[in-house]
Amino acid sequence: MLNIKTIDDATINQRVYQLNLGPQHPSTHGVMHLLLTLDGEVVVKIEPIIGYSHRGHEKMAENRIYEQYLPNPARMDYLSGMIFNHGYCMAVEKLCGIEVPRRAEYIRVITSELNRIASHFIGTMDYAMGLGAITPFLWGWDDRENILDLLEMISGSRLTYSYGRFGGVRNDITKEFYDGTRKFIERLRSRFWDYENLINQNVIFIKRSKDVGVITKEDALLYGVTGPTLRGSGVKYDVRKHEPYSVYPEFKFEIPTRKEGDCLARYQVRMAELEQSLNIIEQALDHLPPGPVRAKVPRFVTPPEGDCYVTFESARGAAGFYIVSDGTRVPYRIKVRAPSFSNLFVLTKICPGHFLADIVAIFGSIDVTVPEIDR
Amino acid sequence: MNITQLPYIKEIYGFLGSDVMSGLVGLLIIAALVPLNVAALVLAERKVAGHIQLRPGPMEVGPHGILQTLIDAVKLLGKEMVTPGLTDKPLYWLSPIIVVAPAFVGFIPIPFSPLVQIKDVNVGFLLIFAFSSITIISILMGGWASNNKYSLIGAVRAVAQNVAYEIPLLLSVMPIVMMTNTFKLGEIAQAQSGLWFIFYQPIAAIIFFIATTAETNRAPFDLVEGESELVSGFHTEYTGMRFSLYFLAEYTNMVIAAALFTTFFLGGWYGPVLPGAVWFFAKTYFLLFVVMWMRWTYPRIRFDQLMNFAWKVLIPIALVNLFITAIVLKVI
Repeated sequence: MLNIKTIDDATINQRVYQLNLGPQHPSTHGVMHLLLTLDGEVVVKIEPIIGYSHRGHEKMAENRIYEQYLPNPARMDYLSGMIFNHGYCMAVEKLCGIEVPRRAEYIRVITSELNRIASHFIGTMDYAMGLGAITPFLWGWDDRENILDLLEMISGSRLTYSYGRFGGVRNDITKEFYDGTRKFIERLRSRFWDYENLINQNVIFIKRSKDVGVITKEDALLYGVTGPTLRGSGVKYDVRKHEPYSVYPEFKFEIPTRKEGDCLARYQVRMAELEQSLNIIEQALDHLPPGPVRAKVPRFVTPPEGDCYVTFESARGAAGFYIVSDGTRVPYRIKVRAPSFSNLFVLTKICPGHFLADIVAIFGSIDVTVPEIDR
Repeated sequence: MNITQLPYIKEIYGFLGSDVMSGLVGLLIIAALVPLNVAALVLAERKVAGHIQLRPGPMEVGPHGILQTLIDAVKLLGKEMVTPGLTDKPLYWLSPIIVVAPAFVGFIPIPFSPLVQIKDVNVGFLLIFAFSSITIISILMGGWASNNKYSLIGAVRAVAQNVAYEIPLLLSVMPIVMMTNTFKLGEIAQAQSGLWFIFYQPIAAIIFFIATTAETNRAPFDLVEGESELVSGFHTEYTGMRFSLYFLAEYTNMVIAAALFTTFFLGGWYGPVLPGAVWFFAKTYFLLFVVMWMRWTYPRIRFDQLMNFAWKVLIPIALVNLFITAIVLKVI
């Protein structure tokens, strides 16, 4: 007869127990594994375990030429692929000294900001779903769908774009895209009212978010937190403004910040950023310069020996590409700074003392993408 | 020919008496009505959810997807009933069976119209409340027997939640009993031929509605299932027909709760023109719609907030309401 002793006396007499939240769990955004030590429903200790979706993107770079690596960055942070694609192109251009036409820069900004909106929709609405509100998620999904359609129109793909090329973008935007984007801006502006009524002022939503998972300013800086999570803690830092790249200095936009540092603050920062991104897109469409969208670049780039680091604001924070070149057509090493990685580990500091249900909320409010952490 | 004149039937009839016979027939009707009602409700839920979420809901099976739940039921019947290793097998097996029983009993004293009522039991709604407490035992059994931490947390939450919310539930109904001097649901409904009790007891009505929503584990009080943190709560490990029995019980309990609210506060079968039963069902289904509407609009509240809400808000208000009613009745 099968006789397996699962629980020994020592374990039963212990007050605390362990719970594996993930890697297969509805609200761990993919394959995140959080090992919780619980006392009843209160978390005593939290241990994020990463590596479930490690695909070796950094190592892959050492075996292929720069052009062949173009599809990879979008597959790291699959929710803001356009921004990562943009970042990688910038890094190679800096290494080779390629000048990018202004029209291409504008198009890159438009697509990046559209992608940021799509990503923030997932960040905010997924957070709402973590609290048990399913409707906002589908509303956000509906609006995000418009962006995916627009980006599909010009790049051919819906999620993992490789639209950028060294020295520009693959092709010019069409009139259809231009008009569609205008229409989308109109539509989304009219939708903010709905979101305001459905969630932003929802009593239970505020009760669940306020004073939950407070990241103090000091903790945020100590753990290297960036992006909306950092701005929710009252630090006004945005790479687009403070270490400007591309043509961002030409646009007028605010950096929304909140002082509280709780889940609600992070949520509000993201919702406010949607409007700022819309402003940027509108300005870019208004002043879209004519001209070519791609510089004259050799078919295969061969950067000189040396290294460069380019940082940019992804939807999750300050991301960066560090490329070391040994003067061949293949990079010697590519290192990616993934904002989700630093943002994730602040969990270990803020989660203890919260309820199990709050862990899902806090994890959702930090908005990490697991493939970006593992790469 | 009168069926009661047949030799065997006559003998049985004479032995059991008309009371038992009508009870048996009633139970048979319930047994037919409950699953059909649940099938309709599940479809309604999915349609309501769909339209709230800017999508049409199920559309494939039958016109506008009205046969979707039948197909789902067939699918669930055909599924393997997985029993995970190291479960407490008898409890695991019994739990979904026990959960359905009180759901069926709950229909017995409900007056659908002055004529359509299986039995106006003299303990009335106490019978429903007493039997609905059995649901919790079966949830605890299922959660414990599953040998899964998520199930166990869900089950423990269920017990705490149901114990907490049964008190305001009973306290909110007591003023009605004091006003009508009866536990019989038929008589309570009859007493509302004039003004409905929701106008006499608006606070009690609100408390009753909230408490029944919590008792039936519906959003925003669905912490027992809370899929964002507990996967599926107490029925995480249940599959196939066992899972659907839990589902059946949940929806039937919803119907009973709505029917009770209709009887207590919305005047039961009273309404102009249309026959009583139609009014009763119309009111009940409107309430069920409100419950669905709430589910798809509100997030889930947290466990400590839930308990605080019951003990610190609902119970004191219900008590005060009870006292005021008592004083007013005494003075009048």
